[in-house]
Amino acid sequence: MDFKTPLAKVKNLSSANNASSHWWMQRITALALIPLSIWMVIYLKLLLVADYSQIIAWLNEPWNTLLALTWIVMVFYHSALGLQVVIEDYVSTETYKITAIWTVKASCFILALASIIAIFRIMILG
Amino acid sequence: MVEFALPKNSRLIAGKEFPKPEAATRLKQVEIYRWDPDTDENPRIDTFYLDLDHCGPMVLDLIIKIKNEIDPSLTFRRSCREGVCGSCSMNINGKNTLACIKAIDSYEGTIKIYPLPHLDVVKDLVADMNNFYEQYASIEPWIKTNSPAPTNTERLQSKEERKQLDGLYECVLCACCSTSCPSYWWNSDRYLGPATLLQAYRWLVDSRDEVTGDRLDELEDPFKLYRCHTIMNCTDTCPKGLNPAKAIAEIKKMIIVKQEG
Repeated sequence: MDFKTPLAKVKNLSSANNASSHWWMQRITALALIPLSIWMVIYLKLLLVADYSQIIAWLNEPWNTLLALTWIVMVFYHSALGLQVVIEDYVSTETYKITAIWTVKASCFILALASIIAIFRIMILG
Repeated sequence: MVEFALPKNSRLIAGKEFPKPEAATRLKQVEIYRWDPDTDENPRIDTFYLDLDHCGPMVLDLIIKIKNEIDPSLTFRRSCREGVCGSCSMNINGKNTLACIKAIDSYEGTIKIYPLPHLDVVKDLVADMNNFYEQYASIEPWIKTNSPAPTNTERLQSKEERKQLDGLYECVLCACCSTSCPSYWWNSDRYLGPATLLQAYRWLVDSRDEVTGDRLDELEDPFKLYRCHTIMNCTDTCPKGLNPAKAIAEIKKMIIVKQEG
């Protein structure tokens, strides 16, 4: 039986007071990714024609290193934020929801870290 | 989890077809969703035919004529018949609107009338609005002040301050916007929905209110406010021509200014 009043149900646990930074960072990363992704597409096109040593030399340019690392951080941060919203929209069972969100967050973190390590490895080891 | 198919007892079946009026020159076919909680039957679509030469101009006139002359068991809400009470909100030809201010002439061919989407149906076109009203109550839609009221005057407002409330105070809480919003369909237990958020904004920008910050804190929640993904169905469907999507965007801006500004 459920004798909770409708107002108690609507008020639920009150405000979580932490949602604005999620929304704000989603917009910031989206804006940052517009120029960064255009730059990245140009780089990926280069990958098709250049040989390995050229790519390493190109990536070793300080600006290219910085932009590649920024793109990776932004892409995985933005993906984690976006996928979290999709899960919150469609999964209402709390245990599934929290598990799914943290799986997404951990996956994005590991993928970002692996990409960053890979860049440093090919830069240092060649 | 989200349910994409209707439960078995909600699936529509063919309903009754009522006879056409004799010698009608302007015949209109109307299909109406019917469901009676006192029977175990599934909801059905009944078909009515009306002579528009003997009917008022609005969709509400048409429904009232059916109730008066064809089927008295047809159940719906209505009161003011001029768009200020918000009672006769329903889904007409796929769009939520107020039946009383929608002309029959604005629809070509058959008119299909359903209750507001994704609410429990009480009977026929009457939807259960309890959750919607409690959400409205939850934002505490009244002026809150700490300063004592002036002794000989009202709490004063400049013309500019009063102008802030235009486009907000006109809302009649018909729920057309909230029930057109997919985010509200999936999460109406936690997302406040466009109607309630427009009302929340109405109190946030009221120059006489003294608890704006507390109101913002109460809204800063991933579900209450941030389920809005700017789909814009609310603004598209509002029968009063208001813009709930803009009000929601303004609330989001106020919260960012509060924290980053």
